[in-house]
Amino acid sequence: MTDKKKKSTDPKTYKFDTLSLHAGYQPQKNAGSRQVPIYQTTSYLFDDVDHAAALFNLERGGHIYSRISNPTVAVLEERVAALEGGTAALATSSGMSAIFLTIMTLCEAGDHLVVSSQLYGGTVNLFRLTLPKFGVKCTFVKPRDTEGFKKAIQKNTKGIFGELVGNPGNEIMNMPEIAKIAHDAGVPLIIDATYQTPYLCKPIDHGADIVVHSLTKWMAGHGSSMAGILVEGGKFDWMQNDKFPTMTKPYEGYHGLSFAEEFGPTAFTMKARAEGMRDFGPCLSPQNAWNVLQGIETLSVRMQKHCSNAEKMVEYLLSHESVAWVSHPSVPDHPDHDLAKKLLPHGKGSMIAFGIKGGKEAGEAFINNVKLASHLANVGDTRTLVIHPASSTHSQMDEATLKFAGLSQDMIRLSVGIEDFDDIRNDFETGFRAARRPRLVSNQ
Amino acid sequence: MKFQVNGVEVFASTGGRPFDKKKPLIIFVHGSGLTHMTWVLQTRYFAFHGYSVLALDMPGHGLSGGESLKTIEDMADWISDVIDAVGYKEASLVGHSQGCLVILECAFRFPKKIKTLSLMGGAGAIPMNPELLSLAEKDDPKAVDLMMDWAHGPAGHFGGHPVPGLYHINTGGMLAKSRTIKNTLGIDFRACDNYKNGFKAAKEIKIPTLSILANGDKMCPVKEGKKLADLIDGSKIEIIDNCGHMMLLEEADKVLNVLKKFILTYFPIKKN
Repeated sequence: MTDKKKKSTDPKTYKFDTLSLHAGYQPQKNAGSRQVPIYQTTSYLFDDVDHAAALFNLERGGHIYSRISNPTVAVLEERVAALEGGTAALATSSGMSAIFLTIMTLCEAGDHLVVSSQLYGGTVNLFRLTLPKFGVKCTFVKPRDTEGFKKAIQKNTKGIFGELVGNPGNEIMNMPEIAKIAHDAGVPLIIDATYQTPYLCKPIDHGADIVVHSLTKWMAGHGSSMAGILVEGGKFDWMQNDKFPTMTKPYEGYHGLSFAEEFGPTAFTMKARAEGMRDFGPCLSPQNAWNVLQGIETLSVRMQKHCSNAEKMVEYLLSHESVAWVSHPSVPDHPDHDLAKKLLPHGKGSMIAFGIKGGKEAGEAFINNVKLASHLANVGDTRTLVIHPASSTHSQMDEATLKFAGLSQDMIRLSVGIEDFDDIRNDFETGFRAARRPRLVSNQ
Repeated sequence: MKFQVNGVEVFASTGGRPFDKKKPLIIFVHGSGLTHMTWVLQTRYFAFHGYSVLALDMPGHGLSGGESLKTIEDMADWISDVIDAVGYKEASLVGHSQGCLVILECAFRFPKKIKTLSLMGGAGAIPMNPELLSLAEKDDPKAVDLMMDWAHGPAGHFGGHPVPGLYHINTGGMLAKSRTIKNTLGIDFRACDNYKNGFKAAKEIKIPTLSILANGDKMCPVKEGKKLADLIDGSKIEIIDNCGHMMLLEEADKVLNVLKKFILTYFPIKKN
């Protein structure tokens, strides 16, 4: 077969870089506006009573009230669904609200979840302290303990949750294996892929059923706007067992609608919107949706630079006299290096954890003396960010929980930005010099 | 709802309202490899406005049991069996793509049972691209990817789903991959390719018929749809702009509007 003939059977659906600029938006339906308009409105006119009823009955698509949906936000939702290889998405006011909405759509009081222990501190608190108040209990399992996920499953387990690459220790879940464990138990796998973005990994391709993101981070990149999203893979069969009656049985809140029967591969998102957004209301503002869309337009370009800078940074840190250890999946002796090669072929991400010689005191001196790197509680900005987790993001944890979450007092979490690498390195040299003589610096 | 047809369990969406035998029946028949879910933006309107709706999963598809039927003629007979199984004497039929061939043949075989035909993206014959057919019969997921490419118009490739947050192409692809491709899409494509009775059947149709065609349809182009419509006595044609073969999702509202107008006129609810 000639090359020309081969090409004739290749699908010509748009690819990643094109989707990141165009998916979810048709200018001709928006006054020809090339840029996505910001629909700064709360509500939408009905043509007549019949039209209003049709929208409320889910007879037709459209917008009613911006808490439930908004045209600008809908472009973002569709764009991220397209990039993730998902069927549908629902944007929220933050990554945490995306996780909460996901769990509230999935679970009822009396249910149980199996959860990776290495998570962002806020997520740990949600699962450990807040969800039990709603009657949802969790068992934490270390991310590398694949068999532990299986053992932790109970009769009332409704899902497995984890961050693909744990925060902040960079431990990687064996997603394909854990997906199999979840599916054998008849429950979905929910993956927080904030650190990867779909440019580095599409969890749905590896068995995840629902993907959540804090869009605030790499997806937006600019550090200006809070946003989150849940994306549905569309493969999970909600009707395979009787574990999810709120998905499969007639739902009183929508004229006896069965979401699974009616909406199939988009049922979870439809329910999360129709019930979760309606009743909890963590909607994303159209302005923030637009801001995030600006970031997504350059996602692949930024991620390439993030990853190349991160690799240079890993090399620099590994050879530095002030550094006790470095954790990044690109390091050959990282325990998950081989798994990372499989799951993250386009780059291992720009989150690095490292231990500074001299412990907590040296760490504080380092952070207090870097000038280019920003000391703040965020990751995934285009700018380089540093933080000492034990005294900040994970400070609500006691010593035992810190240890279980894979944290140590000397750990510095580094989110490598896209500045010129030489400038980042020079800045770190200043920090390390200060860390070697902390008392002197702190007296200046 | 689930019910039995010839001893096999069948699933059909009732459009979110209870099935009520006192109401006139509209049956929706999906295209190759797809399921009842393709109809979600048309069925619910009729279910909420006085009709009983059955958006079927064909045997071996979606949530229905049994094995896929191998010929359009068998599928047409099966639709007639469905009407009997739910205790009706007559129904209006709506089909998409392959579903058009099925309902055309059904109306040809059972003229007294069928009150109207609505053909969406239909033609008198649907010969398959040999490479696409071969990929589907080999269970190659590329067949679904190609179908999603060719089935969406230029605008549909960007998305812009009428339901906020849904992405057309991935949703359609997931539906087509929900069962084994060779056992659904492969068998359906072969059935379409083998079917030769469409034009003959069309000449015999004497019931109100509407052809809804899309100006960006590469799979069943407008000229093919018109060729079929011209053979059906009194057939009406509506052409939808800005979409392809998946018009029922890409331009769901426009499709629903023309379908509503046609069905409410030619298959109205009888007032007591």
